[in-house]
Amino acid sequence: MNLWESVLVALEGLAANKLRSALTMLGVIIGVFAVIAMLAIAEGTRVQMMSSIQSMGTDVVMIFSGGGRRGGGGGPARGGFGSTQSLTLDDAYAIADDCPSVLAVAPEAGANAQVKYRSQNTNTQVLGTTADYPGVRNYKVASGKFFSNSDVRSSSRVAVIGYDTATELFAQLTPVGKDIRINGSRFRVIGVLAQKGSQGGFGNPDDQILIPVTTAMNRLFGLENVRMISARATASDTLTQAQEEITRLLRKRHRLASGAEDDFRIMTQTEFMSFANEAATIFSVLLGGVAALSLLVGGIGIMNIMLVSVTERTREIGIRMALGARRRDILLQFLVESVVLSLAGGGIGVLLGLLLVAWTGAFAAETLGSTPVVSTVSIVLSFSFSAAVGIIFGVYPALKAARLDPIDALRYE
Amino acid sequence: MISVRDLQKTYHMGDIAVRALKGVALEIGAGEFVAIMGPSGSGKSTFMNILGCLDKPTSGEYILDGFQVSGMSDDELAAIRNRRIGFVFQTFNLIPRRPAIKQVMLPMMYNPAAREVEACAVAALERVGLGARIHHRPNELSGGQQQRVAIARALVNNPAIILGDEPTGNLDTRTSEEIMAIFQELHAEGKTIIIVTHEEDIARHAQRIIRFKDGHIIVDEPVAARVAAREVLAKLPAEDEEEDA
Repeated sequence: MNLWESVLVALEGLAANKLRSALTMLGVIIGVFAVIAMLAIAEGTRVQMMSSIQSMGTDVVMIFSGGGRRGGGGGPARGGFGSTQSLTLDDAYAIADDCPSVLAVAPEAGANAQVKYRSQNTNTQVLGTTADYPGVRNYKVASGKFFSNSDVRSSSRVAVIGYDTATELFAQLTPVGKDIRINGSRFRVIGVLAQKGSQGGFGNPDDQILIPVTTAMNRLFGLENVRMISARATASDTLTQAQEEITRLLRKRHRLASGAEDDFRIMTQTEFMSFANEAATIFSVLLGGVAALSLLVGGIGIMNIMLVSVTERTREIGIRMALGARRRDILLQFLVESVVLSLAGGGIGVLLGLLLVAWTGAFAAETLGSTPVVSTVSIVLSFSFSAAVGIIFGVYPALKAARLDPIDALRYE
Repeated sequence: MISVRDLQKTYHMGDIAVRALKGVALEIGAGEFVAIMGPSGSGKSTFMNILGCLDKPTSGEYILDGFQVSGMSDDELAAIRNRRIGFVFQTFNLIPRRPAIKQVMLPMMYNPAAREVEACAVAALERVGLGARIHHRPNELSGGQQQRVAIARALVNNPAIILGDEPTGNLDTRTSEEIMAIFQELHAEGKTIIIVTHEEDIARHAQRIIRFKDGHIIVDEPVAARVAAREVLAKLPAEDEEEDA
């Protein structure tokens, strides 16, 4: 009996018990469906993170306080950045003034604060920075204007608000020219940022309020240090040079001995990407692993039904053996049956997964902050995994069938 | 055709060894029609299972159609069952819910040399008078018709030997005669036929009767007054006539 005939025989066998076959398949369908959907969510998050890092530009570095082995691998979490506050506003100015390869810098210092406009109330991130922030971080001002360097020098109480914050506080009203209260202090809104879109994993760039860094540090929050400094190099190919200049300058300013570790960490786009990729991979493995468990449960269902089927059809097995079936023919027959079950289940599961992702993509984008993306890898992976499940859980029942003694099987009632 | 020498079979049931065959020797020539008789436990079923290559002897020699069968592997025995032997069972042993044509095609599925499988199956069904019922399922056929499907299935790989294990045991007198008529026709065409039966009437359709007792052959004699099934059928009252070939 060749493989094609075995498949036909298997289909006949499965068709003889349609409801049972369908229910058995359901286990695999749900498993594969779950794997596809979970991996799609994980992949969507990764794509989102990547595009947000991409939008940072290849000529930007971010300087965080806190140590980190020089040139060492690992994510920022490893150096425990932010654990020690070493960066000051003067560091930022010094970088802008003394590093020839740096075009502009934007320090960030701030905290979450209560923001009010009349009776509208919200809690959002209030960030102190300088006039170069839009240029360094790729923001555009939609209406009004950004604050100037003289606003920074004079610690003015002016604010530029993010798109979502504006919608939340002002609804249909024009924000520019209105007064808001941040932790009780009055600020005048002088501009609204253009919408950037949600960027999974890095907070919402449209929900923040920007004020002059001096106002934030001295008048509002009483901060000594800045959280981070973004610096834009003069061009993409001077990035490495800028990085070296900044390192040299900061080590000198922080009076670090030549053997001592840096007390700051400079991250480039590439480093962010590898960090984000690492995080996304962990996310995929966790989600995919949970989903794979349900596929395993589906496999146990297949094994269960195949064992019942072998017992039920003991006599048929005896007849087939008497008519000349070899043990391997019987083995193949039952193995093909379980593989057909799991592959059909896998196929339907993939289709359902694709349909679900297509239908709920928009909804997921809103709730998760990222659109699920089905990768070819996840389809191939879950499909071959379901085939493997069919083989692994089909082998034992099939072996049981093939090992039957023809005489006993023929006499079986 | 069949040559058996000092055939022994011992079963082990726990600590007890049961000697089902205690040294059987037998020659059956090509084209013979043999009936095997004997009480339960006489060893005749064990002997049939060994003849049919479903079971292996503990010791002794079995040569079938020129092949030394004793000592063959499971796969080789499967091939012998498939191509050289046709089985007919007391309980028909059809596979449930499958049309007659599929039942008859089954042995050819395990025979790589089989060609024009469907046409062969139809021809075999026509041969046993079921040409009009090739798509009927077992539950749509009478006992006699089911046994004819089984005979067609036994014929389809064109084996030299047909083995019948009480082939009329579940059938009424008239139907039994019809089945025996088919066996006699096949015999006339040159097939070697060996049946096991409890009934003297059925055994007398054969040319030769072999009687078993306690694992030995006690009688091996030719049939004196052989019964011709067609003649018996002609004398029987024609009640609920089944369709004939």
